[in-house]
Amino acid sequence: MSSQPHTEVHEAHGEHESMSRGKIWQVFFILLGITAIEFFIALYMVPNHHIGINIANPIYIILTLAKAFYIVAYFMHLKFEKVGLIYSIAVPVIFIVGLILVLTNESHHWVDLR
Amino acid sequence: MSTTAVTSPIDEVKTTPWAGGRSPFSVEYGKMMMWFFLLSDAFTFSSLLIAYGALRFSSTAWPAADHIFQSVPLTSIEHGAPLVFVGLMTFILIMSSVTMVLGVEAGHRGSRKEVAWWMIATVIGGFMFLGCQALEWSHLFHEGFGWGKIPHDIKEFFPEGTTESAVYTQQFSNLFFTITGFHGFHVFTGVIINIIILINVLLGTYDRRGTYGMVEKVGLYWHFVDLVWVFVFTFFYLV
Repeated sequence: MSSQPHTEVHEAHGEHESMSRGKIWQVFFILLGITAIEFFIALYMVPNHHIGINIANPIYIILTLAKAFYIVAYFMHLKFEKVGLIYSIAVPVIFIVGLILVLTNESHHWVDLR
Repeated sequence: MSTTAVTSPIDEVKTTPWAGGRSPFSVEYGKMMMWFFLLSDAFTFSSLLIAYGALRFSSTAWPAADHIFQSVPLTSIEHGAPLVFVGLMTFILIMSSVTMVLGVEAGHRGSRKEVAWWMIATVIGGFMFLGCQALEWSHLFHEGFGWGKIPHDIKEFFPEGTTESAVYTQQFSNLFFTITGFHGFHVFTGVIINIIILINVLLGTYDRRGTYGMVEKVGLYWHFVDLVWVFVFTFFYLV
């Protein structure tokens, strides 16, 4: 009995949490800033031997995942959807992680075959 | 549900989001299906990128991105400007993602004029990105790259101290054109869909329908294209 009004309140609340123009530009500047950091590392820090490529590569990947989070959560609005939808989309990504692990492992065997 | 004071436990159960009669995710059918389509598309793109990663991991030498991509098409800069042109492409695509989400936001307010302007900006951004990609591709074709083709002199693409390899250069070339080509095809499809939506916005279809939900759905697709580019950019140009 009580959950019906509660759901409606939640939906109205969710509408309020929708992206405002200020928030859109904030996310844009975050994305731009992360990209600028990537360029700074690629064009200045690595060529001048401040950091090695072994350190730079994991940093690139972490920054890329951060950008992916901001695009999916805010631009694609997934953060403000129902939790069921969030998990339906986010959990299957584990298959991609699985494929990364399998093929990374496989590629080590390819080295031995060469 | 009965409005009498006595409520049986079975009626309580039927009020939960998963009891049927409405979408438990409280999104439209089309939007949910767009999400699942994008999930499947993410699998396709990650299969391509992971295959690229596996081949690259198992290689003994790989052509360096900042040795291959160091020209700026349409200018006289042929060498010494690594990542500049792709940086411009990345900026264009992020920017068109922003105009798209601003269009979705205007749609929530039901402002047809604003949605139309933001959609026009998004379509222009998409065409600019495709134009940049066409320039970059034709530049690489002129250098001798292509599917099954590499330049004669490949020494310059390998960092000093590594042995050059025609096999790995060929693998790089095939994977580059396949993956950026598949992404470019998505951008092209996205631009076409955006134009269709723009025409419908101008015709007032969504005003009659009372919802700008379609703008939101194609917006999801457009952001996904941007999302894929973020990964392509990292794994082809940075790493």
